[in-house]
Amino acid sequence: MGKAYNTVAFKPQFCDGCGDCMWACAQAKAGSDDPADSRIQVVAAADGGYELALCRQCGDPRCVAVCPAGALAKDQDSGLIAWDGERCVDCLLCTMGCSFGGIALGGVAGRVVKCDLCGGDPQCVKACSSGALRYITTSRIYNEVGNLEDLFAPGLGGCQGCNTELLMRHSLRRVGPDTVLATPPGCVPGMGSVGYNGQAGTKVPVFHPLLSNTSAMLAGVRRFYKRKGRDVTAMALAGDGGTADVGFQSLSGAAERGEEVLFICIDNEGYMNTGMQRSGCTPYGAWTSTTPVGDERKGKTQDAKNLPLLMVMHNCRYVATASTAFMEDLYAKLDKAIAASQRGFAYLHVYSPCTTGWRFPAHHNIEVARKAVESNFVMLWEFDPESGLRITRPLDNPLPVSEYLKGMGKYRHLDQDQIEHIQDKVNENAELLASLSRGRTRLFPGSS
Amino acid sequence: MDEQTRYLVVGASHAGLEALRAIRLADQEGSLTLATRDASLPYSPTVLPYVVSGRSDPERVFLRDGGFFEAQGVCYLSGARLAHLDCGDNRAVFASGARIRYEKLLLATGASPVVPPIPGLDQVPFHVLRTLSDAVRLRAALQGAKQAVVLGAGLIGMHAAENLAKAGARVTVIEMQSQVLPGYFDAEPASLIQKAFADHGVHVLTGMRVLAARQRDGACAVTIAGGETLKADLLLVSTGVEPEIAYLNGCPVEMDRGILVDDAMLTSVSNVWAAGDVAQARGFFSNGTKVLNAILPDAAEQGRIAGMAMAGDPAARFYRGGVPLNTYHFFGQHAVSVGVSGEGEDHEVHQEFDARHGRYLKIVIKDNRLQGIFGINVALDGGIMWELILRGVDLGPVKGEFITRPQETGRVLMSRIWR
Repeated sequence: MGKAYNTVAFKPQFCDGCGDCMWACAQAKAGSDDPADSRIQVVAAADGGYELALCRQCGDPRCVAVCPAGALAKDQDSGLIAWDGERCVDCLLCTMGCSFGGIALGGVAGRVVKCDLCGGDPQCVKACSSGALRYITTSRIYNEVGNLEDLFAPGLGGCQGCNTELLMRHSLRRVGPDTVLATPPGCVPGMGSVGYNGQAGTKVPVFHPLLSNTSAMLAGVRRFYKRKGRDVTAMALAGDGGTADVGFQSLSGAAERGEEVLFICIDNEGYMNTGMQRSGCTPYGAWTSTTPVGDERKGKTQDAKNLPLLMVMHNCRYVATASTAFMEDLYAKLDKAIAASQRGFAYLHVYSPCTTGWRFPAHHNIEVARKAVESNFVMLWEFDPESGLRITRPLDNPLPVSEYLKGMGKYRHLDQDQIEHIQDKVNENAELLASLSRGRTRLFPGSS
Repeated sequence: MDEQTRYLVVGASHAGLEALRAIRLADQEGSLTLATRDASLPYSPTVLPYVVSGRSDPERVFLRDGGFFEAQGVCYLSGARLAHLDCGDNRAVFASGARIRYEKLLLATGASPVVPPIPGLDQVPFHVLRTLSDAVRLRAALQGAKQAVVLGAGLIGMHAAENLAKAGARVTVIEMQSQVLPGYFDAEPASLIQKAFADHGVHVLTGMRVLAARQRDGACAVTIAGGETLKADLLLVSTGVEPEIAYLNGCPVEMDRGILVDDAMLTSVSNVWAAGDVAQARGFFSNGTKVLNAILPDAAEQGRIAGMAMAGDPAARFYRGGVPLNTYHFFGQHAVSVGVSGEGEDHEVHQEFDARHGRYLKIVIKDNRLQGIFGINVALDGGIMWELILRGVDLGPVKGEFITRPQETGRVLMSRIWR
């Protein structure tokens, strides 16, 4: 299997042209204050904005292909395209091979320079205060997880563009084969987790509880195996209906008793599998088949319940929210949740935009998920009784929530008042969360 | 019995190596033989002037090591000069007598020096510079050389002249045309380059014919138009190259000056491809006429396209046409040339020439599309300019900006296009 590599990513909309990245690079690489010595070049566009000339560390690098001296080579371990100054004959042909301006004449007369990623700690990214430059390390996930066994059968059948299959496969391969999986009615079994035609959909034991008894059954399974001396993860992949509404009494009971269960809620804000009915997690203003849009009504008239905070109030071993647009964050939380589920109740709430029910183009799923987070409509945080509540992605400088809403058909009808209502709710939630996390407020002073 | 291979690639410089890479991306299993006339591991002819100067260690110029071929499952056949091709039987016959049958063949045999018909030249010892052994021989000859004459002021000749001068020889370059580096630069920038050579003691005679060469006192005597005779204890002939295609005699492969290929680098024979200096392919500016574009980055591009086509890569794409391009580094100065400088009524030409500071910039635009850009001691990203030409990027909205700041504007345009 091939390898994935880390990379420096550039978001031009955040770049203010301050030049700190170039200064940092010139300092680090040439001990100079002259931006001309920088290997990263931010260029002002005539029509406003900034663009970037930087080595992309290409997978199939043309600069290497056209070097006559064997002075450039891609390192298969680090992904870096390294330049060997001893072999280089200064012919400059590499500059003819690069269409990014990523290798060019530098400060030392006649010699090319290119980015070497500072050995994995790029100084330009450190110096960037606007968020325009980021060092993307998600390749780590691929390299670590890519070789783990996929424990779902091939051929799960989701709607086009749905990220739930991604979530199912990722989480189960991470949890591993010593697992008993419960998938209550919803999209997950609809996609084939429990199988079709007598064929199992997973390579681990899986069962299809009622919507109402998932947590109770899993608690029993875990206790049984524990008594038998076997360490088995009892895991649920449930929708928001099977968690927040119909499934809530058994969920609440199991959490309160501290059952050793890993409960993952895939929140697509409604009963999407059965025809897109509203749930307790459906947001205010959203169209569903039971909160229609017409002359009288304009979508749902109540706010969604904040289920993950409800779970915090159960003082679970671990509670977190996550999004498939932020996979590193999701993986870090999944690891913690798996560990916590060996000692008590672990609850992971993952937002899952629904291409069909929310009505947006199939290829926008991750973008919708990202905008939800970037507008604070969805906030990423985690909780455990020792550390309290911790925000894992800053809530500062959010996009206006309208930026998120406008991408989906289910909000197309909203009037200004409704948008303001949603924005107010987002602000209120953000303040609540900020206050809960401030100074690591001890939500449960009595616990240790 | 003849050896059998699925893919046979003849020639192990940039075109051959890129083809190998492209084939292995699509087909990791198919048997692959890479044959080269050289006795060594693969190297680039472009590095040879630096071997002559001593800048490059001849042991450290190789583009791949032996382990690479083993890891790629490639049979590397060195010292194998292609002697004859039997297209009907899909068989390549090498000078050594070895015979290999192939399913698919790539001819990437490159070019060989042309020796001009100068009376007496065949009677005197002279050097050419195309192979690693040429370079090693020339370097050895350099040690005792006091007077060197270089015939031809193309890239090889000029590179060699610079390095001969740096090694302490008195160097004279003789060029038949009226300027140095014809084909890459106009007369004005060429004069800048020529001046740099003159400043470093290299005598450059342009518009000059050589009438005869003969041996005298253990050295060469070169007689030039006007009757003057130049003494040379080292004579380098670098008057150009021609495709290496003698082995095709009697083959149905269609040829003109080189091997004629289509946009997938396929020749007129359905399982034979050609790429690199040996191939004559679509020219970007020539209205479909096929041209020789013997330049390294284009050889790599052609090799890659041929390799993808040979392996049946579903991502295979077509050649967009040869664009003249080069980079040139001389006496600490640098020059870039991309595209054509042809001037017609419908061409906009923007030119800056600062002889005092040795700066030159020329931009040629037609219908708001870049046709050519040429700079001396001006920072330009050649690869970006090449891509702007190939893609026919509309410069209309940014033309003024492009003319005043071509590097920055090019970077902005490509950064946006790639996103």
